Amino acid sequence: MRIADVTARATRDAIRLRQRSATEVCRETLDRIAALDPELHAFNTVVAERALARAEAIDRDPERWRAAPLAGVPVALKDNISTQGVRTTASSRILETYIPPYDATVVNRLDAAGAVIVGKTNCDEFAMGSSNENSAFGPVKNPWALDRTPGGSSGGSAAAVAARLVPLALGSDTGGSIRQPAALCGVVGLKPTYGRVSRYGLLAFGSSLDQIGPFARTVDDAALMLQLIAGADPADATTAAEAVPDFASALTGDLRLARIGVPRTMLEQGVDAEVLRALTAALDTLQARGATLVDVDLPHARHAIPVYYLVAMAEASSNLARYDGVKYGFRADTKGQGLRAMYARTREQGFGAEVKRRIMLGTYVLSAGYYDAYYLKAQQVRTLILRDYEQAFSGSGAVDVIAMPTSPTAAFRIGERVEDPLQMYLADVFTVSANLAGLPAVSVPCGFTADRLPVGLQLTGRRFDEATLLRVADAYERDTEWSKQPPPILSR
Amino acid sequence: MAPMLASDMPAIFTREDVAKIATLANLELDSAEMDLFARQLGEFLSYAEAVQQVDTAGIAPTASVLARQDADRPDEVRPCLDRDAALANAPDPALDNGFFRVPRVIGQ
Repeated sequence: MRIADVTARATRDAIRLRQRSATEVCRETLDRIAALDPELHAFNTVVAERALARAEAIDRDPERWRAAPLAGVPVALKDNISTQGVRTTASSRILETYIPPYDATVVNRLDAAGAVIVGKTNCDEFAMGSSNENSAFGPVKNPWALDRTPGGSSGGSAAAVAARLVPLALGSDTGGSIRQPAALCGVVGLKPTYGRVSRYGLLAFGSSLDQIGPFARTVDDAALMLQLIAGADPADATTAAEAVPDFASALTGDLRLARIGVPRTMLEQGVDAEVLRALTAALDTLQARGATLVDVDLPHARHAIPVYYLVAMAEASSNLARYDGVKYGFRADTKGQGLRAMYARTREQGFGAEVKRRIMLGTYVLSAGYYDAYYLKAQQVRTLILRDYEQAFSGSGAVDVIAMPTSPTAAFRIGERVEDPLQMYLADVFTVSANLAGLPAVSVPCGFTADRLPVGLQLTGRRFDEATLLRVADAYERDTEWSKQPPPILSR
Repeated sequence: MAPMLASDMPAIFTREDVAKIATLANLELDSAEMDLFARQLGEFLSYAEAVQQVDTAGIAPTASVLARQDADRPDEVRPCLDRDAALANAPDPALDNGFFRVPRVIGQ
């Protein structure tokens, strides 16, 4: 058995049964990364020695790790998740040499579960982007077509799972940054409910929107990963006290009582015909399994993109004020020109164009005289967007999940949209609402275009009801073969 | 700064407007960036203009989707990052004194 061909759960079981050692699995993984990543550029940092030492420690003490849910399973982390002693850059020059003095809570949880962290994945700088082209270290390539983007911002995590370098990875999702690259790379990506997973140690972008979540090749593996990272954390006061259910037991395959909402008016414009065709076929599959399809109306969804960007940029301009060349990271040499000049030049030289653009817009919409017109107004419309979802999920016609495409198009070419930021923002039309409303949402593979590019089905659920979301996604996966198809980079 | 938007007028940003925002943001910009951002800020805010038309009378703003929850805990001293670790990433630490050193502020 090649580790690359099996799930995280199967890898763990093979190690548990001593069919494979954690060290063998780790070596195989590192070899694959060494062979394929020079082309993909999914990783900013690979920690080969650290990973092997960890795997050997697990092999030395099998009793201790027997019940650990991910013992020996290789995992990759987006490079905006803090790892003690391991460089964490957010793909920015300003943090190119930053080594966190502490671990993110999710990293502590993965360590306790026996996961073997193999490296940090490339992403858009500070998670700002939808194509990975905003990485200061160069873009990630899509494993399905090397001239195309993997999506973003967690493009490295998506590409690493799609190319079967690792069975599991973590990303972060502020406006679609897990789901959109999952769709464009043909893997499963889950953004949990806001407050479900601790953000402690995640480099902040939009604090009211950010969530950490898993990438996997199957829904079952994504559920396994979510199980480990979910739950209250004293270090993050925004984590919720809600009980964490057993997600694996929710995957029954039974959709007979499931009601699936379809926002038809949102799909009338701007969606690629092949994406729409894949969505329609996916809805048929869900219906054939017993689900009831219901039309839902989300009248304020058309405002979601401007509202999202106004809120996210405002929060970003505030969060990124901390990168000033004093406490960590890069400092520009300003030769005795004083503190203000040092701040300004450090940020000029340390940040890339998209980050500066967002800091500028965020600063403007928060400034005196414009706050009410832009930021406050956006927060009010955010309330209306949230209410649309609450209405769809409650009352006599209530639905359990809402289905739509994850992205209006399949993977686009590297360079195609970089000159036009607004065009890039429009790619997030289906994903940003879940962040504004704090809802859980998952992308699962639902087909291919004629050019063999993956298409994703997005399901959005009620707050803290990832269980239903995963049940529907898993049932769909059982009736389809999309997830099993290998990208062409594997056959070379 | 740029004038308040009339609903049918795109936002126009001059280089001076951009320079003022950059100062607020502690960001130095080169000449090309000034021109680029003057154009792109205007383009984005024109696009976002549709939001201004939404009737939000009596609608409370959502700053966070969290239900209010009690996050109080006893005010007790607990282990935290030690000083050397906190200074380890600083570009110019004063390790013996435990300071972050910065360029001169007073008398500039």
